[in-house]
Amino acid sequence: MSTALAISNLTKTYDNGFQALKGIDLNVEHGDFFALLGPNGAGKSTAIGIISSLVNKSAGTVKVYGNDLDTELSAVKSYIGLVPQEFNFNIFEPLVEILVNQAGYYGINRREAFEHADVLLHKLGLFDKRREIARNLSGGMKRRLMIARALVHKPQLLILDEPTAGVDIEIRHTMWEFLQKINSEGTTIILTTHYLEEAEKLCKNIAIIDQGRIIENTSMKQLLSQLNAETFILDLQDPLDKAPLANGYPIILKDATTLEVLVDKPQDVNALFTQLSQQNIQVISMRNKMNRLEELFMNLLKQER
Amino acid sequence: MKLQLQFVAFKTILIKEILRFTRIWVQTVLPPAITTTLYFIIFGNLIGSQIGDMDGFSYMEYIVPGLILMAIITNSYANVVSSFYGSKFQKNIEEMLISPTPNYIILLGFVGGGVARGIIVGGVVTIISLVFTDLSIHNFYLTTLIVFLTAVLFSLAGFINGIYAKSFDDISIVPTFVLTPLTYLGGIFYTIDMLPEIWQTVSLANPILYMVNAFRYGIIGVSDINLAVAITIIIGFVVALFSWSLYLLNKGVGIRT
Repeated sequence: MSTALAISNLTKTYDNGFQALKGIDLNVEHGDFFALLGPNGAGKSTAIGIISSLVNKSAGTVKVYGNDLDTELSAVKSYIGLVPQEFNFNIFEPLVEILVNQAGYYGINRREAFEHADVLLHKLGLFDKRREIARNLSGGMKRRLMIARALVHKPQLLILDEPTAGVDIEIRHTMWEFLQKINSEGTTIILTTHYLEEAEKLCKNIAIIDQGRIIENTSMKQLLSQLNAETFILDLQDPLDKAPLANGYPIILKDATTLEVLVDKPQDVNALFTQLSQQNIQVISMRNKMNRLEELFMNLLKQER
Repeated sequence: MKLQLQFVAFKTILIKEILRFTRIWVQTVLPPAITTTLYFIIFGNLIGSQIGDMDGFSYMEYIVPGLILMAIITNSYANVVSSFYGSKFQKNIEEMLISPTPNYIILLGFVGGGVARGIIVGGVVTIISLVFTDLSIHNFYLTTLIVFLTAVLFSLAGFINGIYAKSFDDISIVPTFVLTPLTYLGGIFYTIDMLPEIWQTVSLANPILYMVNAFRYGIIGVSDINLAVAITIIIGFVVALFSWSLYLLNKGVGIRT
């Protein structure tokens, strides 16, 4: 398996002295669906900016499919497709022109570019709007246009910086399916997102960045296995006056018909239900208080600070 | 990036730029046509008839080359500065910056767009001038060369303005306070022989004077300036501005963090 992205000791200090990246190391293998997570201002966008050559690095090396950013910039750029966080297309241009122009910057002739643009616009549900100017699109359509534009030159490494921000759940699911499909076809994907269920659902490996440092870099499976306790919310059939007692399970009465229970990893929930049942408490539904990854993410950040 | 692919990238930027200004032709091509028509009517016909001949030509014939060149100068400059700054403002310049397109191709693409607009508007103004006077070209090759070099020069100047601009105010300051005065004082409406000696000397520091006179020579065969000096100065400016633009682009001034 070849390495799609290799980052070593990457550092960025802005002119005002702010150190956005403090020597990060990161490897992303070919074919991976990789999550790069972190709170706002952690350094994710700076790292992406450097990889895509929009931000000048202060130190360190970046290699994309073995090509060095410093010495083989043109090759590095040709491997990458970027979906930035902000809309950055010309809002006065028709969709098809935005895509064809982008292809042209990669040396793809117009006839071929038009054909490929049409295929992508079809796949992303934008074909009917191909002659409309981008300003007329809805937020979700604009996000999909950005993905289409990033893919128009058939990049091997697709970098998505919060691609589903502000997108409704239905479109988000459609985008997830699309991204999973292109990943299964061989495109390596790096994703940053604040929707942690998105990262958990899509990504195979993960790095968490905070205050310019990588604080976790492992497989999604491995990370989730570190979760040693989960908080569940139980909805009850009948109201209660006070929290019931259950041996080994701390329970909080959130309101008359809602309980919050902390379950440690070795414990099972059957024993909890047995104890509740013995007290004639009927549970009608149960859910996680937080997404599992969200819980881990918050724990890791707390530990670091 | 291979040369053939670079040519595709150049063609893409050029087509994009031409489509941009032709799509909004009411804002880009029509206004200079109307303004120049007014110049022809007011300065050429009404006032010009009172002035009489200049260097052996009617005043209308004398000012036509300068007015054509003024249209080329302002439009090639305006096209590049507004397009490049607009791309920076909307951040769609990043589309090019993340691609393997070399910086000199990006520069040539924008300059090509400016040259195209300058030449199209210059052509429209030339056609309008034919309504007011007979225009015969004294030296076709010189005329073509000066048109091309002037359009390139001011496209490059517009590009540099676009790189440094941080707001829409910044893209109108140079045209208003530098370009317009230099153009009007560049011998479009008069020969510098009419000026007192001191102002003749001062005028020689104005680069636009050399372009206007070289172009006027190409059209009607008269010039206040030595042609070889004029062409050398224009080429010198083109080389200097191209190098400066490319340096700024390579450094990422105003476009990379």
